[in-house]
Amino acid sequence: MEILEAKNIHKSYAEHKALEDVSISIPKQSVFGLLGPNGAGKTTLIRIINQIIEADQGDILIKGEKLNPNHIRLIGYLPEERGLYKKMKVGEQLIYLGELRGLSHRDAIEKSKAWVVKLDIKEWWNKKIEDLSKGMAQKIQFISTVMHEPEIIILDEPFSGFDPVNANLIKDEILELRDNGSTIIFSTHRMESVEQMCDHIALINKSQKILDGTKKEIKESYKANTFVVEHNNELNGTLSGGYELLENSKLDENYYQSVIKINDGTGPNELIRNLIQKVEVHSFVERIPSINDIFIAKVEGKSHE
Amino acid sequence: MNKIILIIKREFLSRVKKRSFLLATILVPLIFPAVFGLLIYLKVQDEQNAEQEAVQVLIEQEDFKLEDTKRYKFTEVPGPLSTAVTAYKESSDMALIYIPEFTIEQPTGFVIHSKNTLGPSTINGLENLIEDKIRDKKLVVYDVDPETLEKLRTRVSLESIITQEGEEEGRESSAGIASAIGYVTGFLIYIFMFAYGGQVMQGVIEEKNSKIVEVIVSTVKPFQLMLGKVIGVASVGLVQIVIWIALMGTFYVAIGAYFGISNPRQEMTEQVTEQIAATADVDVNAEAIAENSEVTEIFSKIESIPFGYILFSFVFYFLAGYLMYGALFAAVGSAVDTPADAQQFMFPIMLPIILGFMGMALFVFDDPHGTVSFWLSIIPLTSPIVMMGRVGFGVPAWELILSMVLLVGGFVFTIWFAGRIYRVGILMHGTKVNYKILAKWFMMKN
Repeated sequence: MEILEAKNIHKSYAEHKALEDVSISIPKQSVFGLLGPNGAGKTTLIRIINQIIEADQGDILIKGEKLNPNHIRLIGYLPEERGLYKKMKVGEQLIYLGELRGLSHRDAIEKSKAWVVKLDIKEWWNKKIEDLSKGMAQKIQFISTVMHEPEIIILDEPFSGFDPVNANLIKDEILELRDNGSTIIFSTHRMESVEQMCDHIALINKSQKILDGTKKEIKESYKANTFVVEHNNELNGTLSGGYELLENSKLDENYYQSVIKINDGTGPNELIRNLIQKVEVHSFVERIPSINDIFIAKVEGKSHE
Repeated sequence: MNKIILIIKREFLSRVKKRSFLLATILVPLIFPAVFGLLIYLKVQDEQNAEQEAVQVLIEQEDFKLEDTKRYKFTEVPGPLSTAVTAYKESSDMALIYIPEFTIEQPTGFVIHSKNTLGPSTINGLENLIEDKIRDKKLVVYDVDPETLEKLRTRVSLESIITQEGEEEGRESSAGIASAIGYVTGFLIYIFMFAYGGQVMQGVIEEKNSKIVEVIVSTVKPFQLMLGKVIGVASVGLVQIVIWIALMGTFYVAIGAYFGISNPRQEMTEQVTEQIAATADVDVNAEAIAENSEVTEIFSKIESIPFGYILFSFVFYFLAGYLMYGALFAAVGSAVDTPADAQQFMFPIMLPIILGFMGMALFVFDDPHGTVSFWLSIIPLTSPIVMMGRVGFGVPAWELILSMVLLVGGFVFTIWFAGRIYRVGILMHGTKVNYKILAKWFMMKN
């Protein structure tokens, strides 16, 4: 079931187009990666979903319903540019932000207290934000994003500013929220976190969506039928026409690594059968492109056009 | 709606809880009168302790002599003028006065030489001395007895009573007190518009810089955030004013008690002063009685002023005027990244405020019902200050209502206007903003 759909969104500012006919659909309880280089239009799309700005054309549907002010309660938003009221105490701030998202005063107190206990930062309750480190403030901001138990959590570069330990902690929290029923929209350039966490991906470049699908599908479709083989004896010139030797390097005495592409549409078994007649195979792995490779290939390919 | 109240509450509490708020609220009503009092005290002290100044006089007129006074010691020097001037240059005396031969009908040619520019009060004082001398001579020449002259002097004071249709009894008016009240309240509004407007701007810039604004506007409309902030700060101002009025009311009662205004004490003081007057140095006590009765008179005039009416106007013009400018200050804050960048946009906002204040000082006190005063108190940009200046003098009801209605229209307009700039501005970072860009933001659709 789709919890959020964007249909043919257009948005342009005075000088440039920020989004051009962008459609995405985000399944419930998924971790959806919204990728794209700087200035591609990700933040604009996120702002439209958050009702900060309005699309020129197109609709956003949440649970099949047109975007309206009641949806604010359903969304938690962590913007890329973090910020809290510096002079406000942690507790007051969490309660205030919770209430702004639609919690009652009592619920806001209860939930924010539960979260500071959970993240083990109870002793910060009465500290002012300006007295906290940047990483600490990030945690507070994370709590303020998720404390009202939103069904859709939009995280713009959630890990920037966290040390690896805290980044892991937050990652686990995000996955837990997903398991508890929330849908996560995740905008980032950090491909390793996409690789780890996302199950759906959309790539936006130059205000257009250029790629979209589950992580698995995308990776499948970008497989190039390329295999990495480690073997004894050299392969040079001994492969038949259906195969292409892309790389060939010597790793050790009489021990080589070759990258082979299958061009004639046959499968890996056929290749192995071919290989074992000529060399002794020690390892055989399909080369699967990383999201990073796909990202770079797509973005650069696009800009070369 | 609920969320605006949340925002107002936060803006209000975060300011009121600050120590600086408490200090300002308590200290301002103490400091201002204290500074004022200190200045008056110093001036009085200065006058009392002033040393006699040495003044040289070169007199060519027969039978003319200047007697020493408390402030001046006159020394006659020999002529001619050129030698006297040369000699004066070497002396350390304050001035050299040259009195040529003159006729008492047309005394001219008097000159004063000094090393520094003399203050107008000094020159006036010396002129008076010479004038008195000449008058004495005239009395002799025209054969007038000084006593007769004294008898000829008559003092009349016009008691001003305002009689308008619909009022049973005329009320006493006092131009002096009215203008004082107008000046003080108009000045307060002038100060408040800057002070609280500045606070709004500061708050907006802080929110924008700390980037929290993106989170907030994902939960409320930018317009709600702006309105909440403007109203929140207004309520801070209102609380501050109420506290000030309460404090000043307490002072008023206290000072009144001190000078014996409350009736039983007044009688007592009068009795006491009478007794003292009978026994002790008459001069001093006459002065004291005069002073006391003057104070009593001032107080009775103060009591004749319709405070409810003035207070209502004050609160109205403070709030409405502040709302009008507060929104504009918010728009400026939203457009810039630092307070320094705000300077360029402050000028057009400050101009009408300052114009209003100048208008009040120049026109209203001179002619509170004149054309300029009228228009300045009707046009919303200047009316908060100028109308307050006029209120003490009594303003026809229709003018007041017209001015208020226009002012309400004015702030509704500026809030709408500012809101359109604000909603775009708060999300823009690092743009070099000029008026053209502001216009573009204003026109931008959501």
